[in-house]
Amino acid sequence: MLKVLEQGLFTTLQDQGRFGFKDKGVPVSGSMDTYTTKAINTLLENASNAAVLEITMTGPTLEFKAPTYICIGGANFVVALNNEPISLYKIYKVKAGDVLSYGKLNLGFRGYLGIKGGFKSTVILNSSSYYYPITKSRCVKKGEELDYEECQDFNPKISEIKISSILNKNILEIAKGPEYNLLNPSQIQQIFTTIFSISNQNDRMAYQLQENIEGISYSMLTSATFPGTIQLTPSGKLIILMKDGQTTGGYPRILQLTDRAICVLAQKKYGDTVRFKLV
Amino acid sequence: MSNYTISIRPFGQHAILIEWPNIVDEAILEDILQFKTYLAKNFLFPEKWEIIPSYNSLTLVERNFPINFNVLKHNIKQWYSKKSAVEIKREKNLWKLPVCYDTDFGVDLEEVASTVNKSVEEVIALHTKQSYTIYGIGFLPGFMYLGGLPADLEVSRREVPRQKVLKGSVGLAGKQTGIYPQQSPGGWNIIGSCPVSMFKVTRENPVFVSVGDKVEFFAIERAEYNLCAIENEAGVYTIQKIKIDA
Repeated sequence: MLKVLEQGLFTTLQDQGRFGFKDKGVPVSGSMDTYTTKAINTLLENASNAAVLEITMTGPTLEFKAPTYICIGGANFVVALNNEPISLYKIYKVKAGDVLSYGKLNLGFRGYLGIKGGFKSTVILNSSSYYYPITKSRCVKKGEELDYEECQDFNPKISEIKISSILNKNILEIAKGPEYNLLNPSQIQQIFTTIFSISNQNDRMAYQLQENIEGISYSMLTSATFPGTIQLTPSGKLIILMKDGQTTGGYPRILQLTDRAICVLAQKKYGDTVRFKLV
Repeated sequence: MSNYTISIRPFGQHAILIEWPNIVDEAILEDILQFKTYLAKNFLFPEKWEIIPSYNSLTLVERNFPINFNVLKHNIKQWYSKKSAVEIKREKNLWKLPVCYDTDFGVDLEEVASTVNKSVEEVIALHTKQSYTIYGIGFLPGFMYLGGLPADLEVSRREVPRQKVLKGSVGLAGKQTGIYPQQSPGGWNIIGSCPVSMFKVTRENPVFVSVGDKVEFFAIERAEYNLCAIENEAGVYTIQKIKIDA
C-alpha cells in the first residue's frame, strides 16, 4: 500500500483510459501526457496500460508500506525520497516506511509517478482512470491507501534514460479539423500568427485560450469530438478538449491536435503561451 | 434502402468523419446506423475501432495507430455502395421511462406551462404522448439527444443556467427534451424527474439505450417514484423495453 500523507492539488490514478464507450457518452480519460507515462512504464517494464499517479501543480506526500521500485517523470518538480532529491526517468528502489515528497514545481504542470507492476485499483469499463462519477473518487484523498504489489527484486534492463523534454516546447502541431473550411482568411491568419496564452479555465476536460479570434456562427448538428479537438465558439473563443472532455459537441471543430501536441499542452498552466503549426 | 450522398473528411491522426445531408431526419439516422452495423460486423471490429453515430454523421476512431486517410476513404466509399445490396439486421428498442412531474422535482413546470399557455396537466399530457428518437448520446455519460418534441412544448433555455441540476432531472430546451444522467450545471427548464439511472456503472450495461432507439415517458405519482428510486438503487428495477423492427 501507498499511504497518502498529503494529497496535493489534484492527484489521480490514470492508465490508457476507456476505449469503446464513446457512443454512450463516456470520455476516454487516461493520462494527459502519454509521452511521459509511456517512458515511465517502459523503464519499469510494465504493461503499457499500467496505472500511474498523475500529479497536478502541487504534489502529494506519500509513504510506502511495502518494498517496490518507482520512477517519476513529466513536470519538473523538486521530489525527495526520504529528504534526498531524486531525478526524473530513473528507477529507485523503495522500502517500507520510505516517504516520497513533492516540493516546488520548476517547469511543466503534470508530474507522474510510476510503480513496478502499476497501481491496482477497481477497473470500471476497462480502465482504472479516475473520472467521477464513473469512479467513486474524483482524486486521491489524504489518509487513503493505494494498492500495489510488493516487489523485492527487479533488475531493470535500463535504469535511467534521458528523454527529450517536451516541457519547453510551445508549438502545438495540429491537423485541420472537419469544419476548418468554414474559416475565412483573416481567421486563419489569426490562428497561425497569434501567440495564445492558457486561460485559468484549464483542466482535464478542456483548455480554453485567453485570446479570442473572430467568431463563427454556424449551426451544426451535434457530432463526435475527442481529445485534441479545438472548437471555435460564436464569440471567438478557442476551446481545446482534453482527456476527460465530452464526446460530442455542437461548435465547429476547426483543428485537431496531434497526439504529441496533447502531451505538450498537458504540461502547460495558466499564463503559459503556445502557437499553432499545421502539419 | 437507397443511398445518400455522403462526404468523407479527415479528423486528426486517428479518425475519419462521414457526413450525411445536414438535416434531422429519421431515415438518414436509420441509414447511418445500418452502415455502422455493417462496418462493425464486417470491416471495422470493436477491438480496434470505435464508431460513433450522431444525427447526420458517423465518426470512426482507430484505437492505436494513425490511419491512412486516402485508403480508408476509398474503402468507405466502396463499403457504402455495397451496403444497399445486403440485408442488415440491427436491434432497436422502445424504452418506456417513468417520470414524476411533481413540482418538487419539476421546479420550472409551472413557469413552462404559463409560457406555452397550457395547464400543467396539458404539458404533462403533451410530453408523455410522444415517441422520441435518440439522435445522439454525449455531453455526459448516458445523456440522450432526443428528437420529436411537440412544437407546443418549445421553450428557450433559461437565461441564467443553474449551477446544480439534480441527477434524473427531465428538462426542456428549444426543440429538445432529455434527462440529466448525473448532477451537473445546466440551463434547461426542469419539468420532472426520472428515477431510473441513465448511467449506472454497477449495471451490466451501464447505458442501456442506444442511438436510434425510441423513448417514451409515462407519468408516475410521488409514492411510485420513491419505490422506483429504491428499486433502481438496489438494481432490481425492470426497465420497460419493447423490441421494434428496424
